[in-house]
Amino acid sequence: MARVLVGVKRVIDYAVKIRVKPDKTGVVTDGVKHSMNPFDEIAVEEAVRMKEKKLASEIIAVSCGPTQAQDVIRTALAMGVDKGIHVEVSGAEYETLQPIHVSKILAKLTEKEKADMIIVGKQAIDDDSNQTAQMTAAALDWPQATFASKIENGDKEITVTREVDGGLETIKCKLPAVISADLRLNEPRYATLPNIMKAKKKPITKMTPKDLGVDVSPRITVVSVEDPPVRQAGAILPDVDALVGKLKEGGHI
Amino acid sequence: MLKNVSRALLREGRKVYKHKLHSKPNFTKNNYDVVRGNYNYVEEEHLNYFRSLLGESRIFTDLSDLEKYNVDWNRYLRGASQIVLKPKTTEEVSKILTFCNHHRLAVSPQGGHTGMVGGATPVFDEVIISTELMNEIISLDEKAGILTCLAGCVLQNLDEYLAERNLIFPLDLGAKGSCQIGGNVSTNAGGLRVLKYGNLHGNVLGLEAVQANGVVLDFLTCHKKDNTGYHLKHLFIGSEGTLGVVTKVAVQCKLRPKSLHVAFLGLQSFDKVLQTFYKAKQDMDEILTAFEVIDAPSMDLVTSKLELESPIGDYPFYVLIETTGSNEEHDEEKVNQFLESCLKKHHILNGTVTGEISKARGIWQLREKIPEAFKYDGYVFMYDISLPLDHYYKLVDDMREYMGDKSHRVYGFGHIGDGNIHLQISVKEFSPEMKSFIEPYIFHQTKKYNGSISAEHGMGFLKAKYLHMMKTPETINLMKNVKQMMDPNGILNPYKVLV
Repeated sequence: MARVLVGVKRVIDYAVKIRVKPDKTGVVTDGVKHSMNPFDEIAVEEAVRMKEKKLASEIIAVSCGPTQAQDVIRTALAMGVDKGIHVEVSGAEYETLQPIHVSKILAKLTEKEKADMIIVGKQAIDDDSNQTAQMTAAALDWPQATFASKIENGDKEITVTREVDGGLETIKCKLPAVISADLRLNEPRYATLPNIMKAKKKPITKMTPKDLGVDVSPRITVVSVEDPPVRQAGAILPDVDALVGKLKEGGHI
Repeated sequence: MLKNVSRALLREGRKVYKHKLHSKPNFTKNNYDVVRGNYNYVEEEHLNYFRSLLGESRIFTDLSDLEKYNVDWNRYLRGASQIVLKPKTTEEVSKILTFCNHHRLAVSPQGGHTGMVGGATPVFDEVIISTELMNEIISLDEKAGILTCLAGCVLQNLDEYLAERNLIFPLDLGAKGSCQIGGNVSTNAGGLRVLKYGNLHGNVLGLEAVQANGVVLDFLTCHKKDNTGYHLKHLFIGSEGTLGVVTKVAVQCKLRPKSLHVAFLGLQSFDKVLQTFYKAKQDMDEILTAFEVIDAPSMDLVTSKLELESPIGDYPFYVLIETTGSNEEHDEEKVNQFLESCLKKHHILNGTVTGEISKARGIWQLREKIPEAFKYDGYVFMYDISLPLDHYYKLVDDMREYMGDKSHRVYGFGHIGDGNIHLQISVKEFSPEMKSFIEPYIFHQTKKYNGSISAEHGMGFLKAKYLHMMKTPETINLMKNVKQMMDPNGILNPYKVLV
């Protein structure tokens, strides 16, 4: 049975309207509702289902971030994850934390925890990087099965259906492997009250990137964060002639 | 390959509803025993006046364009109006009413057309005055939290506008994406936040309305306290457009709460629901925003017809609790303590709780979308009833027994916190015999339990003839006198409320 590591990132809840900071260095996060990255939630759900089917022996949820990152680990624990690891990265360091850093942390923890499967969301809905799964596979030199919409577990290999342009691709890949979860892989459950209470007693280990020997010094600098351009309002024209006139005016015909 | 699955797509959700084609409902005048009043018919000369006033683009006379204004949201009623007018200003509404009053043309004022009792749907050929283009926000006093806007503003737009300024609209209901504030005020709409914020009689600080004769009444002096003379603005809150057309509204808006928790619980019986409600009042009354109950047949309806899913499995009763407050940690602690003690005391069998907005919305869908599922369940007789809590669910049991195999689903859900239940009876198809089998029996039962036959939906067209069951002859007489004085020609929303 597999030991599964899942990555869970704390992001601004997708129902929240994003606001750019006035100084354009980032987006406003203070006092804003956060939740688990929805794709990571799908990853957690998949791992929990594997455990329920006795295909996984233990599930470990990892989150890198400030103290509040423990909230999403708790959520994962309430969904059925066995234990959590909180890799504390805060302040300015967290603002420049990149998939390259996170993947190195995941790789180290994988070795430490002797995991043989990693499932992460295909991307986080805040930076939309879509790199962590791929980079983690590279760091471990493991095969990767990204954008999974279906996973079938075999003995020493898995069959993964991937959502690609124009259809579905089915691949087989040997374990250990890194998988990234796509939207249609499953529908995550709501944690029930008894499980929420149980989750309070499950362990969360705290450590720092330094403990793992991972250098998280920034590789990038944020130049500017801008709002998307506001769409211009349309106009209602009285008749076809006016439309043709406007099109000519704009040089479209 | 990276698909641009971003926030927008997640917000859209994963589900695609099965769309069903519906046949058009029969004309109301054919389905119901109702006689056209002594009004004039709309003639070419009237049309010419409306054209000169509004121009071509704000008048609909094409029958296919008129369909959505003639057929009510539930697709039970169908008026035969030939014309929709879309004024943009109070002055235009005033001119339209002056003209209609003079020419004895009946009018049907209409907002988002989401009412449940046919109050905004014409019955015969009334001129429809739609407020949909009166959608401007006039002002917001951020410090005092007073929002003033035109009647056609859509509730959800107002709440989103306020959200950006850290305020909240005191009214929230399932139809928020379409319903308009003018209609909300005219019907004294209740909805999901009454428990915390009270109803519109308290929250509407001022309004402007146009009388039948076109006279504009300005009650927009927005003081929280103003005991100068009769409180006449209240005549327009809940009179369902029979005394005047509301054109502007000023509403008291509180600061938007910082913390939100939603719990969804499974319970064994209605007694347990009540125990849980009392416990919630004891443990966290100050943050309780909503306490909603859903029975098993309602849950079965919404989950089977709309492909939603109960997050906690199947139970005889479900309760949805929302709390809002100013301190995330305090609220979370209160909610968790409450839930833990409910589990320990066996008030509840199971449940889930979340402080995440997206999940909270997911849970709310189960409650808010129930009315959307009606249309997939045959013909649904709907009742919106207030009852003392001890009798709250008894009426559903009564009606289930009374209907026997005449109905495939008798179910109830609603706002326990307000003593308001929505009771539905699904039958295969509408028939006048079935209607007279159910009514007035259900209303007699309601009265027996000291209830009200219309809690928040109003009387509209469908309930009007039962007004006498709820009001004394003296009261009805006064209502008639008021109506006669304010609308002597009876042009405003005829066949509704008072008949």
